[in-house]
Amino acid sequence: MNSLFRLPEASTHAVTVDHIFYLLLFLSGATVVLVFGLILLFAVRYRRGSPAKRGPMPEILSREFEIGWTVATLLTFAFLFWWASSADLSSLAAPTGALEIHVVAKQWMWKTQHPNGAREINALHVPLDKPVHLLMSSQDVIHSFFVPAFRVKKDVLPGRDTDIWFQANKSGTFPLLCAEYCGTNHSMMRGKIVVMRQDDYAKWLVQQPEGDDLAHDGARLFVSQGCSGCHAVSSNVHAPRLAGLYGRAVQLADGRTVSADDAYIRDSILQPKRDVVAGFEPIMPSFKGLLDDGEIQSLTAYIRSLREEQQND
Amino acid sequence: MTDALLAGELPLPPRPDYLRHGATISSWLATTDHKRIAILYAITITFFFFMGGAAITAVRLELFQPNGWLLTSDTYNKLFSFHGIIMVWFFLVPSIPNTFGNFLLPLMIGAPDVAFPRLNLFSWYLTVAAGAFTVYALVAGGVDTGWTFYTPYSSMFSNTHVFAAAAGVFVVGFASIATGVNFITTTHMLRAPGMTWFRLPLFVWAIYATSLIMVLATPVLAISLLLVIAERVLGLPIFDPARGGDPILFQHLFWFYSHPAVYIMVLPAMGVVSEIIPCFARRRIFGYDFMVYAMLAIAGVGFFVWGHHMFVSGQSALASLVFSFLSFIIAVPSAIKVFNWTASLYRGQISFESPMLYALGFVGLFTTGGLSGLFLASIPVDIHVTDTYFVVAHFHYIMVGGSVSAFFAGLHFWWPKVTGKLYPESWAKFAAILMYAGFNMTFLPQFFAGYLGMPRRYHTYPAEFQIYNVMSSAGAAVLAIAYLLPLGYLTWSLFYGGKAAKNPWGATGLEWTTGSPPPPKNFDRQPRVDRGPYAYHAEGMSAGTDPPEMQNARETR
Repeated sequence: MNSLFRLPEASTHAVTVDHIFYLLLFLSGATVVLVFGLILLFAVRYRRGSPAKRGPMPEILSREFEIGWTVATLLTFAFLFWWASSADLSSLAAPTGALEIHVVAKQWMWKTQHPNGAREINALHVPLDKPVHLLMSSQDVIHSFFVPAFRVKKDVLPGRDTDIWFQANKSGTFPLLCAEYCGTNHSMMRGKIVVMRQDDYAKWLVQQPEGDDLAHDGARLFVSQGCSGCHAVSSNVHAPRLAGLYGRAVQLADGRTVSADDAYIRDSILQPKRDVVAGFEPIMPSFKGLLDDGEIQSLTAYIRSLREEQQND
Repeated sequence: MTDALLAGELPLPPRPDYLRHGATISSWLATTDHKRIAILYAITITFFFFMGGAAITAVRLELFQPNGWLLTSDTYNKLFSFHGIIMVWFFLVPSIPNTFGNFLLPLMIGAPDVAFPRLNLFSWYLTVAAGAFTVYALVAGGVDTGWTFYTPYSSMFSNTHVFAAAAGVFVVGFASIATGVNFITTTHMLRAPGMTWFRLPLFVWAIYATSLIMVLATPVLAISLLLVIAERVLGLPIFDPARGGDPILFQHLFWFYSHPAVYIMVLPAMGVVSEIIPCFARRRIFGYDFMVYAMLAIAGVGFFVWGHHMFVSGQSALASLVFSFLSFIIAVPSAIKVFNWTASLYRGQISFESPMLYALGFVGLFTTGGLSGLFLASIPVDIHVTDTYFVVAHFHYIMVGGSVSAFFAGLHFWWPKVTGKLYPESWAKFAAILMYAGFNMTFLPQFFAGYLGMPRRYHTYPAEFQIYNVMSSAGAAVLAIAYLLPLGYLTWSLFYGGKAAKNPWGATGLEWTTGSPPPPKNFDRQPRVDRGPYAYHAEGMSAGTDPPEMQNARETR
């Protein structure tokens, strides 16, 4: 990823930071050349016993000289402060309409959650050329969200939200690191930021496999949305049992057989009349408009987890 | 004694110097002679220096490979924590003030001892007791919080020996405060007749400014560590956000001490170098009064820049701006000092004995480190490189490149005065050059690694950083040799070295007017001062044009 001396500039902010960095590098280089050069020059010219001129000090090396370089240094530093700070101020607030992503840090992993509920661990997929606003908090100690390629870093605190934003301008995979020492496996608290073209990102988002946490959300929705009123084991309503459903072949009332995959479950929730299971009445109402994508993903994850539980039994 | 003889006074009867003034154990452990206490400190901090060095040797060995081939993560974390705690509080903070400061401050101002000799001894005992706590923390299993003790990790999550380590640092803080009070009082009360404030050598000014910081800042360190212990041991809600605490509060308290502490470590180094450069250039220091004001400005403004450690911590943008501005401001006096040291070489009669080589090494490394500080004062750049190896390189350039080089410069400069012995000069020159080279080999690659994004305190790291870590570790081996060499040849000189004259460098300064080593009460007659320091030539002139033999031997001015 990194060449030996170059770090990719993968965000709009990185370009600004590098400009300041290179100016500082130039000024420092010039100062080093000046100071080291003078020391070497004097060391050679005024070595003990050399024939160089000594005698009375020239008039110019006086108090004015000293005040001169003090003021010059002060003005240079004031300029540096002004330039660096204005760059910082202009990057403070995230633009409106930025993609909001929640980040939770804990010993020793990064958990990210997209607006639609898709979650990732130690990874974050973001769209290209679109501002991304991260809202971050920690479950335990202080961590620090650091993406070198974007030149962004912010501590992630327990009990308080911090935020940063960036706009990626290069696609690719970039390292995500924890920069604040957080205990034993601090150095393993790494992840990746994947920058994708915007349509690829949209596709990726839809295809997300859901994790355990989504399944828990789904379980909650299963009750709150009333699904359990009919589909629970204890229910009096004649409705298909869902345990072990996922991945099984389902015999439909019209004679077809379908595989109970994500798409089937999604269709059954939104268009229940389309694929009625053999032996059941089409009494289920549509949840179209009542559930958003994230919630459907959560419910799907819950139903999938029911299969897993049965296999464990 | 020429002056005395001319004045018609009789020579004094011979008397033993301070080293031979008593040979029993108790004449050392119960001494109130500032010179003997300085020796006790020197032995103590040498011991700690090599302990801290051993810890970091294991760390650098580990970092040869990106995936942790030698140590577990916990061991690694404990080793770098121990290295930091020992090196900061048990080597760097006491290094120059408590050894050279103790030894030289009374000699330089023409006093028989410090103002509170017993307090001086007491502060050494405190240092030893504190060191025992800290070493106990290591032996009992170690502490893994880093030297910064950040909460809530240190107060709620770490299950290592935080209490013992924090107690050690807490106690050594009192040693620091006691020494500071002692030096301030000494400088105010015990100056010889004629030794006005603006005739003080810059080393005395440096120690004075350092003492002010010690007295004003160290209590805040004690407070912050007490709060950590209160939460950790007593369960009081202070930093725990779930119970209304604020983990960031600790950082404000900690850096309120620890940023000024950087100046505790580097101001005395500036003082040492300001003595050595005029001596070997045979020149008055350029801009004496600016050097004094620069040091006082550093000591004062140093209290108001702590927030530049916290640009990514979530502090307000306004606070960050103010701290950034002040951080640029504090770079101005440091720049002035570098320019003045350089200008002091102009039209000199420069010779390059080992103290001068170390001192010039200091100027080079301090300049490099100081310039890298400008990157860290710029908020957007700091955000990128903070908590990476860039910061590690930066503060090692200042605190190790700077302060430790100056420590060795002072050690070689005043060794004949302290011990009365001469060391082998060619070995010393070789070690000085090796130290400069080894230092740059070790820490220059870390600037690159840091800019490319290698975070500090990483036990394992992405493989692309391996090249820099291998370079760094190889350099560290060179540096280790350079640090071990003086231990060898200086020890050798104690037994086999030639006898040192009263003033082997032809330096100005009252410490060179008394014997090498000095008698127990420093001066046989009360010194009187009638001129400023560094009177190597008449005012308005540059170095004299005497032949080198005359320049080299100026035993009597």
